[in-house]
Amino acid sequence: MAYNVPDDLRYAESDEWIKVEGDEATVGITDYAQDHLSDVVYVELPDVGATFAKGESFGVVESVKAAADLNIPVGGEVIAINEALEDEPEKVNEAPYEAWMIRIKLNDASELDALMDAEAYTTYSNDRDD
Amino acid sequence: MTEPLIYELGSPGRRGIAMPDPDVPLADLPADLVRDDLDLPQVSELDVVRHYTHLSHLNFGIDNNFYPLGSCTMKYNPKLNEDIARLPGFAGLHPAQPAAMTQGALEVVHTVQEWLAELAGFEAVSLQPAAGAQGEFAGILMIRKYHHDRGDTKRTKVLIPDSAHGTNPATVVMAGLDVVELPSDERGNVDLDALREACDDTVAGLMITNPNTLGLFEEHIVEVVELIHGCGGLVYGDGANFNALLGIVRPGDLGFDVMHYNLHKTFSTPHGGGGPGAGAVGVSERLVPYLPGPMAAIVDEDDDGRPIYGLHTPEKTIGRMKAFQGNFGMHVRALAYMLVYGREGLRQVSEMAVLNANYLMARLRDTYHVAFDRICMHEFVIEGKVEGSDVRALDISKRLIDFGFHPPTNYFPLIVHEALMIEPTETESRETLDAFADVMIQIAHEAVEQPELLHNAPHTAPVARLDEVRAARNLMLCCRPIPAPEVYVQPQASAT
Repeated sequence: MAYNVPDDLRYAESDEWIKVEGDEATVGITDYAQDHLSDVVYVELPDVGATFAKGESFGVVESVKAAADLNIPVGGEVIAINEALEDEPEKVNEAPYEAWMIRIKLNDASELDALMDAEAYTTYSNDRDD
Repeated sequence: MTEPLIYELGSPGRRGIAMPDPDVPLADLPADLVRDDLDLPQVSELDVVRHYTHLSHLNFGIDNNFYPLGSCTMKYNPKLNEDIARLPGFAGLHPAQPAAMTQGALEVVHTVQEWLAELAGFEAVSLQPAAGAQGEFAGILMIRKYHHDRGDTKRTKVLIPDSAHGTNPATVVMAGLDVVELPSDERGNVDLDALREACDDTVAGLMITNPNTLGLFEEHIVEVVELIHGCGGLVYGDGANFNALLGIVRPGDLGFDVMHYNLHKTFSTPHGGGGPGAGAVGVSERLVPYLPGPMAAIVDEDDDGRPIYGLHTPEKTIGRMKAFQGNFGMHVRALAYMLVYGREGLRQVSEMAVLNANYLMARLRDTYHVAFDRICMHEFVIEGKVEGSDVRALDISKRLIDFGFHPPTNYFPLIVHEALMIEPTETESRETLDAFADVMIQIAHEAVEQPELLHNAPHTAPVARLDEVRAARNLMLCCRPIPAPEVYVQPQASAT
């Protein structure tokens, strides 16, 4: 199956994307993740001001099939959350790269280096489907 | 047809009974304590009887048909259990009666404790926990207290394989500890390298299900237990799948330190619909002082040398989990079951459960992809996908309803895409297994030839395909619209 994997993002093994803008970034889940979760019914997000180290769970996404942790691709402080997802969790399925979940202030931009680019993530996704 | 809510039946003023005029003076209650808005159904006795009889016809249970709900062990619940539990000596007992009047009941509890300990190779068993999840909770609390009592407070991590029941990580979080997930290897076992790497002096223990939720026996279980013990952790066994092991493998012999039993799975007490469950917990010697109590014990003997039973609470107990002796009625049923089968019979239960699962897996293997295809234990997991069709596990499950079968467990374990987890149990005949396999194969053909038949299933159930997404997104927990609440206006907060 061909997943949408935008070139301008970076990706974590736990299927989150991160879009970096200066020393801030937005985080959401990938097309692969939303497809495997199926219909998302609930998104639980942290409070603004919460801080997380790279890989820590910052929230939960729940679908009709399963509940999954949301892991932060790089460490940082939450400066905004997408409150619209509370009433419209289906946005995560409809447009996973627009339905950002948190905006963070990065702790250490060098942590981004360990993340995958679009090409690597495409291979990583397809390998898991085989 | 669906049945209306009982509030939609009847008519204003209709009653089931006529109360006689009171023969004592009416109490003069303060006006503000009297309510005239109590919203009760206004129905006759016949309305009520018909309503619940109709509902009972819409119900589906093991007494209706095959119920291969994986990991739930939906075996037949023998009616003899019910006869025994309804004996007046049991049914009429009050839990607050003194021990001198309840010797028989205490003996039942004690005997179940002893049998369960023997069956799983443990030193002692407490029947306190109300069901499986509480049994898990008791187990992890005991492990935590064991480490704390030794001054070993840095052990905060509990390792859990990624195939585990969701209750395992939930239990760990409830107990204030941290979950570390372990991957599975290509044969469905715990990945030993990952386990080795995770083992250190911050590990409180491991929670493991054996056979695991893929229905597979952990091939390296002895090494797994040694690794955990080697780093000072304890091993928790999730006994949800104990139905595969009776009389064959004893978790205590494998080195497990604690395990819960689901009497409502393995020991044939009612499951679902409120059961209630019963989740005994057994432990190795070092955890005996921590068991939840009170437990039944032999406290003395009479002049003829017969045991006198009483209650005993272990010295360092984690405390009480449940009022009185846990779900006592279930202990009576479980004991009836164990006594009817006996040692050899219980072993046969597991042998037949494993045989039935392997037979069904063999019949389905050419049609559906079996995840981690090797000899299974009491259950197996297939992928609910069909080559050349867009149907998913959910569609196959819904179509099974049309044929009168309860669907298997869907989308669990999480590590298998489109998982369908099938557990036939030992109580099903070969004819039933064949009928189910035939239908599963027919559904696979339909998936290719008439996929809409599956997408729109069920067609014969009282209600058609439910919109599960809408149900989850728009929770409605009241049976009818509630009036708009009075708006609470928050007082203006002063600037801070």
